[in-house]
Amino acid sequence: MSETTSTRRDFSKAPSCLKGVGVTRYFHTGKITTKAVDHVDFDFHEGELVSIVGESGSGKTTLSKMLLGLLKETDGQIYYQGKPRDISSRAKLKEYWSGIQAIFQDPFSSFNTFNKIDTVLLDCINMRGGKNLPKEKKNEMMTEACSFVNLKFAELTNKYPFELSGGQMQRLMIARIFLLKPKILLADEPTSMIDACSRATILDMLLQLRDEIGMTVIFITHDIGLAYYISDSIYIMEHGKFVESGGADEVILHPQAPYTKRLISDVPKIHEVWDLSTV
Amino acid sequence: MKNTIRQVFHSPKFVIGFVIFFGILLLSIIYPLVHPGDPLESVFIGSDRGSFTPPGTYFSLYDAASSFRTNLNPKSKTAADRATISISDEQRVRMITWLTAMEVSLDGVDTTDDAALLEIWKANYDESAKPKGMTKSERNACKRLNSDLNSSGKESPLKVASEDESVKIKDIDPMNYVPVNQVRSVIRLPLGTDNFGRDVLKELVSAIGTSLLIGLVAGVIATLIGLVFGLLSGYVGGLVDDIIMFITNIFTVIPSFILLILINYSIGQEARGAMVVAVVIGLTSWTWTTRSVRSQVISLRNRDHVNLSKLSGHSLFRIVMTDILPYIASYVVMAFILQISSAILSEAQLSLLGLGPSTTKTATLGLMMNWAMLYSAHLGGSWWAYFPVIGVIALISFSLNLMNTGLDQVFNPTLRD
Ligand SMILES: Nc1ncnc2c1ncn2[C@@H]1O[C@H](COP(=O)(O)OP(=O)(O)OP(=O)(O)O)[C@@H](O)[C@H]1O
Ligand SMILES: [Mg+2]
Repeated sequence: MSETTSTRRDFSKAPSCLKGVGVTRYFHTGKITTKAVDHVDFDFHEGELVSIVGESGSGKTTLSKMLLGLLKETDGQIYYQGKPRDISSRAKLKEYWSGIQAIFQDPFSSFNTFNKIDTVLLDCINMRGGKNLPKEKKNEMMTEACSFVNLKFAELTNKYPFELSGGQMQRLMIARIFLLKPKILLADEPTSMIDACSRATILDMLLQLRDEIGMTVIFITHDIGLAYYISDSIYIMEHGKFVESGGADEVILHPQAPYTKRLISDVPKIHEVWDLSTV
Repeated sequence: MKNTIRQVFHSPKFVIGFVIFFGILLLSIIYPLVHPGDPLESVFIGSDRGSFTPPGTYFSLYDAASSFRTNLNPKSKTAADRATISISDEQRVRMITWLTAMEVSLDGVDTTDDAALLEIWKANYDESAKPKGMTKSERNACKRLNSDLNSSGKESPLKVASEDESVKIKDIDPMNYVPVNQVRSVIRLPLGTDNFGRDVLKELVSAIGTSLLIGLVAGVIATLIGLVFGLLSGYVGGLVDDIIMFITNIFTVIPSFILLILINYSIGQEARGAMVVAVVIGLTSWTWTTRSVRSQVISLRNRDHVNLSKLSGHSLFRIVMTDILPYIASYVVMAFILQISSAILSEAQLSLLGLGPSTTKTATLGLMMNWAMLYSAHLGGSWWAYFPVIGVIALISFSLNLMNTGLDQVFNPTLRD
């Protein structure tokens, strides 16, 4: 615990990066309306690592899609860098997407199965203006990015996504982030299929990258222990609403909402000294 | 991609369909090379004009008459030899009746031996004799029989002359034969002719070519329109979707065949060439491709790989081309195959109604059916004028559908048992 608290910082004074007021998303299927996200307020600061924790179906992915501008909100307003977010035209949307990146929850549907995985990584290099770099340089960059996530590029090159395991795909998605170095990262359960041992190393690498470039990370997980380990602040989500939010220590050590208490009591070793191998 | 193609060619259904279809295609390409010439040219004037000629080998009477250069020397046979052939049972009974009535002894004569009987007959027959108990009509019958028996051996030779007087008058004996390959113009008509004297096989092969082309043109047009509309409607959504779906619904509500008939009728007889009909068929049959492409695109456009592509800043065009199109490509190929097959059938149906291509220069499968029907081939029993056409239409449609089913089993493995 001492190890984690030492890296935790208070970002409440930092400038706002993404802010939401009454953000809502309903889904209508036939006559039934699902309130996936129901009037949530939040404020994420620049450089902060925010975790959104909630059980399955609580609306985490829906919220992240709205933050990415991939899903229209039914109601509410999202502020980007202090100003109301304007993504009304394709050009503005493209501008918005240039600073925000995501790791999607389902690695199996995240890849274009018709492209070799090299394409995914090359795309990232091209996006960062490396289109005209020599081939060796590109290969070197890709190899480095893969090594951050315990992958060997030489073994993956010229393969198709369906030839990889779920965990390998997830790691490749994280490798993208090392190439892209975005301002904001929305990571939707990015390590759900990765073994505990690699997970700790990869997360550490990701945290290191965040410190280097001051990246804002919005980390979505159902694992409150993991959230406590890495986050500056935590939002607890239940049935589309934020039931509790605040600094990680505050939320985990002094939970107010019964839902949070239940989540914490489900994690057996929460009050014991953290052992990396259990994360 | 390579893998997919290999997989496709491991599907027996696809392979059978493919072989049949390309067999037909090859036939339509190669046959005209081997037998060049206008397929709609009259090759044949039968004994009576304007009737369907049954399948068979025919040779020109003119050439037959002028090509007796070789004599197969039939004179080595005796007249009696030849006569034996022509005594029928009826004639035999009559001969025996006359001979017995004239009290000619037939003892020791084998009346079943034609040569012997004929000899006795020739030796004894007397026209003026009046055998007892024979009526006049019976006697007349015997007279006719006698002249028949005599003439069969020595018909007078046919005189053949040309209007050109330098050519000698030629005698052709009934016993002159020549090998078929010495007759200059022999026409083999495996499928006979239609009522215009046109070789049905040649016509059919050329009709297959035209009909396949109609299918291809109509299929390409329908698939392209369907694909573009479906992609736009499904991916762009919003107002574009509303407009396209409105048009699609209008086209769906009105049965496309009715539309086809109305359009073809209003185009008019002169302007309606084979390609015009193909274009019209293509323009009226894209709706279901649009609908299904649209629904596929809608289910694809929210997939995360599309989202990832968006976040990577790719343009709409690039996303559609690289992240959407490959996923529906197999489906589009299948739709295309079905479009070809249905376009060929549409042309046949239209032509049967007399609204197909109005041309006398090219044949299509539908037009051949139409011509056969117009000149009552089905009433006269001239099966060769329409059965092969029906067979080919069925075979094309069968092979294309088989290919489609094969593809379906490869691309939608859930259907695999
Ligand atoms: N496209 C959609 N159409 C209809 N309902 C949807 C859609 N997407 C999500 N939902 C519904 O919204 C609710 C929230 O879904 P969401 O995917 O945001 O949950 P989640 O918190 O990400 O869950 P998990 O941890 O399982 O990923 C669910 O009840 C889901 O059924
Ligand atoms: Mg989710």
